[in-house]
This record gives sequence, structure tokens and C-alpha cells, in this order.
Amino acid sequence: MNTLKIARYQLRDVMRSRWVLLYGIFFLLMTDALFRFGGSGERVLLSLMNVVLIAIPLVAIVLGTMYLYGSREFTELLLTQPVRRRSLFLGLFTGLALPMSVAFVLGTGLPFWAHGGLAGGTGSSLLLLLGTGVGLTLIFASLAFLIALSTEDRIRGLGISLGVWVFFTVVFNGLVMLAIYMLADYPMEKPVLALSLLNPIDLGRILLLLSFDISALMGFTGAVFRRFFGSGLGQGVAIGAMAAWVVIPFALGLRSFHRKNF
Amino acid sequence: MSRDRPRRARTVAAMIVVGIALLLLALAPRPEGTTIELPGSEATASEAPAAEATASAGAAAATRATTVQDTADPHQAHEGHAPVAPSRPEAFTGTEHIVGPGERHERISDALEVADAGDRIRVRAGHYREGPLTIDRSIELIGEGWPVLDGEGEHSILTVTADHVRIQGFILRDSGFSHIRDHAAITVEESHGCRIEHNRLENNFFGIYLARAHDCLVRHNDIRSSATREATSGNGIHLWDVDRVQVEDNHITGHRDGIYLEFARNAVIRSNRSEANLRYGLHFMFSDESFYVNNVFARNGAGVAVMYSRDVVMSRNQFLDNWGSSAYGLLVKEVQDSLIEGNLFRGNTIAIHSEGSDRLTFRLNRLERNGWAVKILANSQDNYFTANNFIDNTFDVITNSRQNPNTFDANYWSQYRGYDLEGDGTGDLAHRPVRLFSFIVETKPVALILLRSFFVDILEVAERVLPILTPETLTDENPLMTEVPGGEPWA
Repeated sequence: MNTLKIARYQLRDVMRSRWVLLYGIFFLLMTDALFRFGGSGERVLLSLMNVVLIAIPLVAIVLGTMYLYGSREFTELLLTQPVRRRSLFLGLFTGLALPMSVAFVLGTGLPFWAHGGLAGGTGSSLLLLLGTGVGLTLIFASLAFLIALSTEDRIRGLGISLGVWVFFTVVFNGLVMLAIYMLADYPMEKPVLALSLLNPIDLGRILLLLSFDISALMGFTGAVFRRFFGSGLGQGVAIGAMAAWVVIPFALGLRSFHRKNF
Repeated sequence: MSRDRPRRARTVAAMIVVGIALLLLALAPRPEGTTIELPGSEATASEAPAAEATASAGAAAATRATTVQDTADPHQAHEGHAPVAPSRPEAFTGTEHIVGPGERHERISDALEVADAGDRIRVRAGHYREGPLTIDRSIELIGEGWPVLDGEGEHSILTVTADHVRIQGFILRDSGFSHIRDHAAITVEESHGCRIEHNRLENNFFGIYLARAHDCLVRHNDIRSSATREATSGNGIHLWDVDRVQVEDNHITGHRDGIYLEFARNAVIRSNRSEANLRYGLHFMFSDESFYVNNVFARNGAGVAVMYSRDVVMSRNQFLDNWGSSAYGLLVKEVQDSLIEGNLFRGNTIAIHSEGSDRLTFRLNRLERNGWAVKILANSQDNYFTANNFIDNTFDVITNSRQNPNTFDANYWSQYRGYDLEGDGTGDLAHRPVRLFSFIVETKPVALILLRSFFVDILEVAERVLPILTPETLTDENPLMTEVPGGEPWA
């Protein structure tokens, strides 16, 4: 009950500060513009894919960190009341992740609906894109909470957030490339698949690739990737890994929220 | 609730501005067709007039049609001349023999024995199991009401050894499989002027097999099989050592190769549909001065292969959805002096693969949504690519050398991100269609898993500024700003 109340309060607060509105409008304008200039639903999805994979983690982790720092006094006040820490944490998380997810889903989904871009097979791809976007929002919001709770200094917390984002978007892939070149003599298909599970952005990218770049993935290597992620087992593993990426940082965050001496 | 709202709002707003600025900075120079296309960016603006451009498409298409028609004419001339057409389709003067249950002849073989050259045998509906039949006189064999000629999975069905034989209106099914003999539903050997039209071939080893025949016409046949292994299946239409043969409006599916030509001269392959065959939709070897136009090749195991031939014209064909680890829309190997014009390549793993082919002209083709649009090995020289549309391919061009002995000029590239300040319709900056990442994937296929990642995009930008690995001279100096108009000449 308390969770809901807190979430509702935070929601109202978030709406009042209008950034979530801006975030939604950003997606709305961009998707709409892509439709007006680019044409077909498939093309728009392909362009959106990059935005989803880069912008959502960035915004979620930076805003998430700032949000928790911003709610510091509110949190301290509520902790003097008979409210369970667990409820408070859940309420804070919902107050951030829910409006962000809704803004993203509506901002992207509405133009698709309005321009009739759902015709011919793009419906399932759009669902996959929306699912990936929401998943990444949850993951990076959890990471943001974890970071904000682990350091008191706002600037430092923000620095760590940006660092984590850079690591997952750029550095990680650089390391994968390095591994591919250094271990070129070994069959690397499976290790590379395993590595990709360690990065939620990569995971999202590969899942989306499988629904867009089918032709390029029909070579031998592509076929290995496709067979894995196309099979029931592979999809289960991928979704499981995504879920683990939400649950583990969230649980760690909750634990440190419990232990933290405010 | 003592929350410092204004200050917090300011911080958050500042963060959003920083975040979006970072994002734009990061994305702005991205080279591929997948960038965020904000309203007003030159890339999207350049695509907008494409729709209007199609208005003038009609005229351009007409011009092109004339070009193609001109090339076609010398071949079409054959149709007008006597050899292909039987000499007397209308004014029929021979004897007619009727075959069918309750007719004068119960069996086709009886009628074949008594018929003289110039006669016509009309076969009524029925199911005929007569063993292999040989036609050794110039007759017409006409089915009425789709009589079935059954090979019973044992033997070949019809063999033609005489000139000017016409076979029409039959269902031919289940010719036998053999490792030693090429059992076919219809075999034509060492003769000329045959006409095989409007037949249905079902589940045969080979479909129509022409050996040392010339001036033949094969058209409107529906050839289906359900082969599952290359080793135990034959070709739909098999032409070996033939001259001036026309293959038109056939539909072939489920064979090893849809249409197979070896040592064919002056062949015309027109308006056929060859799909879902095990190996090639069209397999073309040692066949000079041949011509194929308006065909559709879809979902074949390895697409279409043209090898060891000269002076071939391939125009207005569609190469669609040929997927696989070694599947090509079109494989050209050791082909010289040929024209590839006005074709559509869509959804193939590799649209055009060129190996050891010289002096080919690729123009007015549309290459759309392929994995690799053009894979041209450096042993291919003096090939010329102009006025083609490269649209939304994962990779546009890949080669295996830093040298570039071929020419790319005035094509449209959807991945081109230059500008046209002069307003002359071509970009002011040269376009480099070979991407660094395609090079990386070529040497380390596993790296494919990094496709469309931010890291790879950053590498690409660096490579574009200072090419180290990609061929420096493989550029299009005059990339078009809008698609080459042309409507859909293949439709």
C-alpha cells in the first residue's frame, strides 16, 4: 500500500518537473520525423534501434542517479515515519522507471500507430524494440540507484554513471573485438555469444539484429548466432539474462538501501 | 516536505541538455543509413524528392525499355523465322489419330507406330502407363483434357529424335531416378524445331532435357518436383549443347537447378519463374551470346550462377531472397563482356558476387536490403558500375584487396552522407562504399556480432577520415543525391 502511495507521490513530482514529458516528446518527434522523411516502418525501426540502444541507457542512468540524489530529503523524511524501507525503495524505483517506460512506449508507439507503420510483420519487431527499450530502462535505472546509494558525492556519482554507460556502449565491444583478434585461432562463436550475455546493450542489439539484418546474418557465423538466439533455448537464455540484469542490480540496490545509514 | 524544487529542476534540466548534446555529438557523424535522422538534416532532405522523381520515371523507363528491346531484337528474330515455329500450325493438312479409352487407339504407342511425318496425334484424358515412348517422326502430340503420362518411377517418358515435333497439353509424372542415365519427362536428342508447350511436369528426375538440339521452343510449362537432395535430383530444364533455343514463361520449382545451360549458344531465357530449387535457379556455363530477361529467381539454394561465358545480356530479372552461407543473387565467374541491366536484387545474402570477370557493365540495377550488395574480388577487372541504386544494404561493396581495378561512377548510395552545394544532383564529396567493418568481418567472421554497435561506428568514422585498410581508390566520385528513377522495369 505504502509502495503505491509513494510511487503516486513520486509520479506527480516527476510529472511536475516535466523532464519525463520532454523525454516522451523527444521520442515522439523523432519517430514522427523518421516517418515523414524516411518512409517505411521497417526503416524507421532500424533508425530507432540505435537511439534505443544508446539514448535510453544514457538517460536512464544519468537521470536515475540525479533523481535519487534529488529525493534524498524526501527519503530521509519518510524514513522517520513507520514506512518499510523495502516499500520506500520500490516506490522510488517505480516513480522513476514507470514514467520513463511509459513515455518511451507512447512516444515511439503512437507515431507508428498514427502512420500505419504496423503493416506487414513490423508489429512484432516493434514489440521487440519496445520490450528491449523498457528492459534497458529498468536495468540502467537499477544501476543508477545502486551507484547513487554507494556514493554520497553527487558529482562523483554522476561520473561513475557516465563511466558505466561508456563502458557498456563502447569499451565492452572494444574488448570483444580485441578478444576476437587475439584468439583468432580458436573457434570463437560460442565464447562470443557468452560474452554478449554480459552486456545488456549487446544483448538488446543482437536480439534486434536478428529481426532486421537477416540477410547479413545468413553467412556461416551469422547462422550460428541465428540458430542460438532463434531457438527456444537461446531465447530463454537471452530473456533470462535480461531479467538477471534487472534483478541483480535491483537486489543489490535494495540491500544497500536497507543497510545505508542515512 | 522541504524539497528544494527550483534547484532540483535546474539540475535535471541541465542534465538533459548535457545528455542530449552528448547524444547528438556522438551520433552526428555516423556513416550508415541507420542514424537518427532529425528533421532538416541533409540526409533526409535528400530523400524527400525521391517521390517526385518517380513522376519522371515513366519516361526513363520507356527509354530503358527501348535499350533493352534493341538488344533483344536480334534474338527475337529467331521467333519470326521458320525454324522454331512448326511449319503448319494453322493450315493443318496431315491425318489426325485419336488415342483414348474407347477410341481407335487405346495406347499412344499404337498411334505412334502408324502415324506418318506431318500427322497429329490427339490424346484424350486418361492415365497412360506405356513405358518409355520414342517419337521418331515429325508429328504433333496433343493432349486434350490433361491426359497423364506416367513414368512409374522407373524410366524416362517421352524421347524425341525427329525434327519439328510438338508436345502439348500433357501431365508427365514420375520419371525414374537413375545414377547412370538422365531419365527425363521429355528428352529431345539431336533434332531441331521442337516445340514443348503447356505441359505440367510433376515429380520427375529431370524435367525437359534438350541435348544437341537447335531452334527449339520450350514455353508455358509448369515443372514441379520435391527434391530433397542434390545428388538424387535432376534439373527442371536442362539444355546441353544447343543453339537458338527459347525458354519462355515456364515455372520451375523443387528441382536441383531450375534451368541449366551448358554449351548453349544464342539461348533466350525469358519470363520464367524459377524458385525454391535446391541449387541454382539458373545455372549458366560455357554459354556465349545468350540472353536472359524478365525472369524471377527466388529462394533458390544458391541463387543464379553464370560462369565461363561471354557476351551475355541479363536484364530486368528479379533475384529475390536467396539466403544461405554460400547463396548469391547472381554469381558471375569468369564472364566477359556482358551487360547486367535493370535488374532487381532484394533480400539476398550476397546480391552480386564477381570472381575473375572482366569488362562487365552493371547499370540501372536496384540492390535493396541485401546482406552484401556487391562482393567483387580483385581478380575481376575493368568492370563498370553506373546508375545503380544501392538501398539499405547491410554492406554495399566488399573486395579482397586494397587495389581497385574497377570503376564505380554516379550510383545512388543510401548510405552516402555528403551534400550537394552546387545543386547539380551529385554529391560534392566522393563516396567510399567499402566499410571498414566489412573488411573486419571478411577476415574475422565472428566479428559480425558487433554489427551496428556504437564501437564499430566510431571505428568507421576514424577509417573514413584516414583510410588505412579499405581500398583508397574504390570511390564513387559522383554519388547521386537521389535515386535513379526508373519505375519498376522488371514488373
